[in-house]
Amino acid sequence: MKPAAFEYHAPRTVEETLALLWNYGEDGKLLAGGQSLVPTMNFRLTQPTALIDLNGIDELFFLREEDDELRCGAMTRQRAVERSDLVKRIVPLLHETMPHIAHTQIRNRGTIGGSLAHADPTAELPALAIALDASMYVRSFTDARWIAARDYYVGLFTTSMEPEEMLLEVAIPGLPAGSGWAFEEVARQKGNYAMCGAAAVVDLAEGGSIGHVSLVFLGVGEAPVEAERAATLLVGEKPTAAAIRAASDAAAKLDIDPVGDIHAGPAFRRHLAGVLAERVLTKACARAAGYEG
Amino acid sequence: MEQTISVSVNGRQYERSVEPRLLLSDFLRHEIGLSGTHVGCEHGVCGACTVLMDSAAVRSCLLFAVQANGRDVTTVEGLDGGHEELHPIQHGFWEKHGLQCGFCTPGILMTLVPFLEENPDPTEDEIREVLSGNICRCTGYQKIVEAVQLSARLIKEKPA
Repeated sequence: MKPAAFEYHAPRTVEETLALLWNYGEDGKLLAGGQSLVPTMNFRLTQPTALIDLNGIDELFFLREEDDELRCGAMTRQRAVERSDLVKRIVPLLHETMPHIAHTQIRNRGTIGGSLAHADPTAELPALAIALDASMYVRSFTDARWIAARDYYVGLFTTSMEPEEMLLEVAIPGLPAGSGWAFEEVARQKGNYAMCGAAAVVDLAEGGSIGHVSLVFLGVGEAPVEAERAATLLVGEKPTAAAIRAASDAAAKLDIDPVGDIHAGPAFRRHLAGVLAERVLTKACARAAGYEG
Repeated sequence: MEQTISVSVNGRQYERSVEPRLLLSDFLRHEIGLSGTHVGCEHGVCGACTVLMDSAAVRSCLLFAVQANGRDVTTVEGLDGGHEELHPIQHGFWEKHGLQCGFCTPGILMTLVPFLEENPDPTEDEIREVLSGNICRCTGYQKIVEAVQLSARLIKEKPA
């Protein structure tokens, strides 16, 4: 229950950090908020040669609006996002989801970039990143690139970043007026890892039919799962209770293939996905139509 | 390789040479002898080790002591402000029997300090929400909720 020894580095700049990562490769581990990494180190499931602490890199802590997008530095604390009026105004889905992430003590340390890069399949932020069509700005000592959230998550705790790359920033397009959104999850206990969660973003076209819909689940796969068949069923339809029900059933039956664990078997997770899909789609459509704030 | 760190704990400055892998919880308990911070699960679940770092409630078992270098830490021992009288939150817990075995209590108290500063009139739902990060296996939480409600009143009545 105590971590193994490691070399500790506390760089002050991104450049310094990228040089360290270049040298250590897979033997170097970045320490962001530490709310997932440090437990695994305490259990000695993770024993990095070097721990590179990002908490002293001021340039990674920011929240700003740029080109109708929310730009969030990787080290921005989850609590800061939860409390940000800017976030509430331009990406209200993110604002509404934050309290579902663990507990206040965890969000006081936990960071946006840490959670996104950790790629826990039951975490809220990766699913949200896909639902909101976010992009990740990633750098190594030699290169820089943007990765769409859809291409960022490739498997269990696995992203498309290379060991020498680091996530610096996430860009989240603001939700346009007239779009609707919702997030819900079911956990055994408030703040625990959810057994299933769902995020929905809906845009209504002229005439009130559904123009665009993004429905993303957490907890039912090795990475966040986008319900593509459900979306196909809904686009062009009026957002009626029957259409939403049919799409939610399709999502639960066709779009996911959950495995069970000690907390919930596959059938129960599938059931939760259907129920949550119906709830978030209903709420998102109502919000898009202006029925609900 | 050990590093020298300087941490302010409850207003007093401590300088120690520590291994980077030393957890802040163990630093507080073993290096400077403040055993009021309890260690329950050591993986961030139980909340017993909650302390304030720069006024924010954090899990001290998920921080390395080297990360507290140059920071201000407040533990349950610092709640009385050196005046040897109970903090209103401690008084609320005493009065309402907000604890049985007491193992979880220091973490709960430290969670509540910033919470009640920001929410002087919390609803029961808000109280239960903030307590969700602290596991108590004795009380069933009912008495803790009552203790928090009394603490909020005591803080307001306390002469400035």
